Amino acid sequence: MVQKKPAVDAVLVGFGWTGAIMAQQLTEAGLNVVAIERGGWRDTPTHFPPTIAQDELRYYWRHEMFQETARETLTFRNNPAQRALPMRRWGSFLPGEGVGGSGVHWNGITYRFLPSDFEARTHNEQRYGPLPQDMTVQDYGVTYDELEPHFDTFEKICGISGRAGNLGGTIQEGGNPFEGWRSDEYPNPPLEMTFAQDRFEESARAMGLHPFPAPAANMSRAYTNPLGLSLAPCTYCGFCEKYGCGNYSKSSPQTTIIPVLMRKSNFTLRTNCEVLHVDKHPDGTRATGVTYVDAQGDVFEQPADMVILCAYQLQNTRLMMLSDIGEQYDPVTGQGVVGKNYCYQVMSSVQVFYDDAFTNGFVGAGALSMVADDYNGDNFDHSGLGFIGGGYISCSTTNARPIESRPVPEGTPEWGSAWKKAMRESFLKTTSVGVHGASMAHRLNYLDLDPTYTDAWGRPLMRMTYDFTANDRRMTDFITPIAADIARGMGGREIKINERTGSYDSMPYQTTHNTGGTIMGQSPADSVVNRYLQSWDLHNLFVMGAGAFPQNAGYNPTGTVAALAYWSADAIVNQYLRDPGPMVQA
Amino acid sequence: MVRISRRAFIRQILMAGTVVAGFPAAALGRQYRGGEGMPWEAGQTHTPYYGTEPGTFFTSAERACVDAITARLIPSDEDGPGAREAGVVEFIDRQMAGFFGRGQRWYMSGPWPEGLPTQGYQSQFTPAQLYREAIAALDAWCETNRGGSFAALEEDAQDEILTGIESGDVTFDGVSAETFFSLVKENAIEGFFCDPIYGGNRDMVGWSYVGFPGARYDYRDFVHHDGARIDLPPVALMGRPEWSAAQ
Amino acid sequence: MTRFSLFSALPLAAAAFWTGSAAGSEELSFSQVERGRYLATASDCIGCHTDFENGAEPYAGGRGLETPFGVIYSPNLTFDDETGLGRWTRDDFYRAMNEGIDREGNHLYPAFPYPYFTLMPRQDTDAIYDYLSTLEPVHKEKPENELPFPFNLRQAILGWNTLFFEEREFVSDPEMSDEWNRGRYLVDGPAHCGACHTGKNFAGADVDEEYLRGGVLENWLAPNIRGGENGGLDDWSQAEIVQFLRTGRNDHTAALQRMGEVVVLSTQKLANSDLEAIADYLKTLDDDPREIQPSQDSAVMEAGEAIFFDSCAACHAVDGTGAPGLFAPLDGSNKVNSEDPTTVIRVILEGTQAVATDAHPGPLAMPAYDWKLDDGQIADVATYIRNAWTNSAPAVDAGTVEDLREYLSED
Repeated sequence: MVQKKPAVDAVLVGFGWTGAIMAQQLTEAGLNVVAIERGGWRDTPTHFPPTIAQDELRYYWRHEMFQETARETLTFRNNPAQRALPMRRWGSFLPGEGVGGSGVHWNGITYRFLPSDFEARTHNEQRYGPLPQDMTVQDYGVTYDELEPHFDTFEKICGISGRAGNLGGTIQEGGNPFEGWRSDEYPNPPLEMTFAQDRFEESARAMGLHPFPAPAANMSRAYTNPLGLSLAPCTYCGFCEKYGCGNYSKSSPQTTIIPVLMRKSNFTLRTNCEVLHVDKHPDGTRATGVTYVDAQGDVFEQPADMVILCAYQLQNTRLMMLSDIGEQYDPVTGQGVVGKNYCYQVMSSVQVFYDDAFTNGFVGAGALSMVADDYNGDNFDHSGLGFIGGGYISCSTTNARPIESRPVPEGTPEWGSAWKKAMRESFLKTTSVGVHGASMAHRLNYLDLDPTYTDAWGRPLMRMTYDFTANDRRMTDFITPIAADIARGMGGREIKINERTGSYDSMPYQTTHNTGGTIMGQSPADSVVNRYLQSWDLHNLFVMGAGAFPQNAGYNPTGTVAALAYWSADAIVNQYLRDPGPMVQA
Repeated sequence: MVRISRRAFIRQILMAGTVVAGFPAAALGRQYRGGEGMPWEAGQTHTPYYGTEPGTFFTSAERACVDAITARLIPSDEDGPGAREAGVVEFIDRQMAGFFGRGQRWYMSGPWPEGLPTQGYQSQFTPAQLYREAIAALDAWCETNRGGSFAALEEDAQDEILTGIESGDVTFDGVSAETFFSLVKENAIEGFFCDPIYGGNRDMVGWSYVGFPGARYDYRDFVHHDGARIDLPPVALMGRPEWSAAQ
Repeated sequence: MTRFSLFSALPLAAAAFWTGSAAGSEELSFSQVERGRYLATASDCIGCHTDFENGAEPYAGGRGLETPFGVIYSPNLTFDDETGLGRWTRDDFYRAMNEGIDREGNHLYPAFPYPYFTLMPRQDTDAIYDYLSTLEPVHKEKPENELPFPFNLRQAILGWNTLFFEEREFVSDPEMSDEWNRGRYLVDGPAHCGACHTGKNFAGADVDEEYLRGGVLENWLAPNIRGGENGGLDDWSQAEIVQFLRTGRNDHTAALQRMGEVVVLSTQKLANSDLEAIADYLKTLDDDPREIQPSQDSAVMEAGEAIFFDSCAACHAVDGTGAPGLFAPLDGSNKVNSEDPTTVIRVILEGTQAVATDAHPGPLAMPAYDWKLDDGQIADVATYIRNAWTNSAPAVDAGTVEDLREYLSED
């Protein structure tokens, strides 16, 4: 029997970054908000304090921060001719679970996408001519200029440590000269850099590139955000990404928003409750709430005037499918939109090995990095290259956690005495130059429901069909050698190039930057949500997250995900609540 | 609308039950009212679950086999300690007896067709079952082809067999030798470098060997090392010998 | 319309204003009720007279107060006829505040701080009475006190009063400024700071020589808050004292459990002039120089330093300077340096949470180390931080840690 809860103004599905942002903005507007999170409560002093946080086996290798595939996973294949099989354990990406979501275990690299990224089709076609037929790239429907104030808001909430490269159109020395204009400097100065970043900077500069410190959600100094919440200085402990921060020095929903929310009587959080589907009104124009199941197996209906999906991109897409909202994308006909334009990112790297110098990789932070953005987006001329987009090239020192990070030079065996010795010799004397490449949408990369496998509740798993595209391969083949050139100039004994070749492999960790599936755009024919992240089908349903990206840029997505959430919240509060209905006419 | 089948519900409860056994914090649905502030209780920490006492999963023959394999993967040699000094077998044994060995957090529902290399682990066996089946198969293979159990063979012969498994030349019936080998390799590394609380990396030998300072949380004074060595003794979650005053 | 909007901004007062039962037909002026509310806030009546743990109504009593003699439950201060102050007159209320005697003539236990409230003049207790009369009456029986013989005998209090209690009203010191006198009145009267911060004798009464030099209750140390030379707040400026009382945090420390409650319920709501007056007064209280401890056992200090460096420095910094405003500097801390190590040990054992206030909504917290460090290790690291840098305080022994650990595990 389904038990009915008292109606609320808004119900949020998932309580990570976008859930916390939405809850804060909507409760400020006076709305009564309930957030439903399928994981448990988590907070710094109890769940990841410095008495337990630095535990590599537990948090990463035993996946304490992540969803259990036992409950729900997805099936995967490289192309429609293959049979998709379940990802029985996580590998190439790690969706988070619990209060704070992946915002607890993220690196904290907080970029803004480039202005041209938001107009990828228009911009690239104007400059380079028509895109290939199968490249289903499109404009976001919202521009960088419109999002700028919201990027700024999020950076101040997080206390991002960085250096501006473009203040109101004026290029700033030492920042990223390619970035979109900024209305303000970063709230905190950049992190301090280590030996490896210094070598990268020298080498990149010698090549005529423009290195700058990565914008980091690790605090370069104590900081109090506009909500009155204080963050402590980062201690460069090297247990940042894939871990929760034990000393309040990394921005997360817990450190920057949730304590304020928990003081508000118009906010309620329910944990260990999983939303099964969005409930639709029989007239098909709006949602009436959500149905969820708690850990005891009791099923509840939560009526609400607004439903906002704030779960991870994969879950939001699947919930749309399980709730039968919108038309499922069909790769053969190109019709339908839900599940369309699944994108990922194309990562490669170049390892540098030193003879005498110690890189001491254990002294690190999640976003401790020097970056060159010269080959990202459309920051360079793509004429004749056969691809669009690009990626940033960076030298990061995030950790030397030995189960995970123990590179060995080219030609080293994989086990035995020779391997062991090489590992020891390299352990403290290596660094890496990474390429964080974009991923352009393709007709045959998409998400739908699996016909065979089901989750713990007996519902179909989502099926991912994905492989790197011709555009991706040309892009990575072009930029990786540039990264290798930088690496060669960093004064090491030798380098080792880890190219991205072959088919996408779902197992080795690459990045948790999955995008698309609930893409945004300018018409219901090409998108699931409009420019305000409002569903074209149900006007009181909003879908947050990177699912909205029509294709993925060569940056870490959180900054843009958050800016879109603030932009959407602003539209809800200032437009939608005054006159509930579609904010863009189809 | 999707309904929850009773079977699915019971399975969920059972799973929840085993989760409770593995991790002390029960995952019960809770409501947190805004206005009551951040939930916090004195004296509460989600302490690590580090498994049961040693010697709970492997038979002595299995133990000998895993010991022999991991000692070839991470040998004890003149360059430094290996799997044996680190207690890798004890670590793996505890892991197999716990939630990891049971595959409790993994998606373990069929069907089980042959997977592609890009599709990852597709064995119908949980890690513990995989060890059990594969060790039996390996020892049987060694008896047949080399006249003794794996552990009884000379090191060179052992290396040759492991290389054969890696290259796909040595295979078993009914269980994938390759999947087993890659899991043992993964677990051996874990056992060599995990926190000693889990039974491996005994006395922090793995960390000392490579120069990893362990479970530290503050390197502010060392950021500007400029390529020089940083000398800090490793510390584990439960400390280091210097934490206790000499009696 | 202006009037209505004023009242709607104060719904509680407005609603109860005209219906206050005991006030009857008497009309209470707005300013009198507001004055009473303010004094009740300064006296933190709500703190003891609300059963927060069970989410009970404010001022309706029922909170168990742990005393060295047993548990005493606070009575209902709303004007319910049967279970509250409904039948009390202003005279009854004054007598309770001034002499510690209830309407029936029974002596009240001095857990009720009448030895401090006695300083309050009649007009102040009347104002509090008038404010309480505007609260919605709540019918709530008080649980029986859990006191063993002979403390369950109220006659015992008579003897206590004879020995330790003096009925008196506050007298200003003409030599000192009005601000100082106001501060002293607040500290010694309504705010009853000494109830926690002054050492007690065997009978739980204040020891004059221990005035605001720190006290222990419910296994917490309330630190020395004398602000003059050698006092616990010697290195706090007047502005820093105000900042602490206003926001629950300053560069030296954060308000923890009990004091956190006081800041949230009382001091953060007081007028700046009153907080300044309190600070002004405290800054004039000098203290004897602290006894310099002989150097501690070097093996203990080495072990303590190793634990501190590995486990504590990520927040409190290697040199004990912490992160001002976030993580308490341990060097120079009055809690760390206090003779009694209770709070230091307790915070290491079970962790602690800085109180969330309007100014600092984020409750930063320290984790518990009870599962990680044994009694000897906690004693060693406590001895280390009490004697490292410029600190100097007696060593902590493992037995003290063991006792507190046992006490905390009984909860």
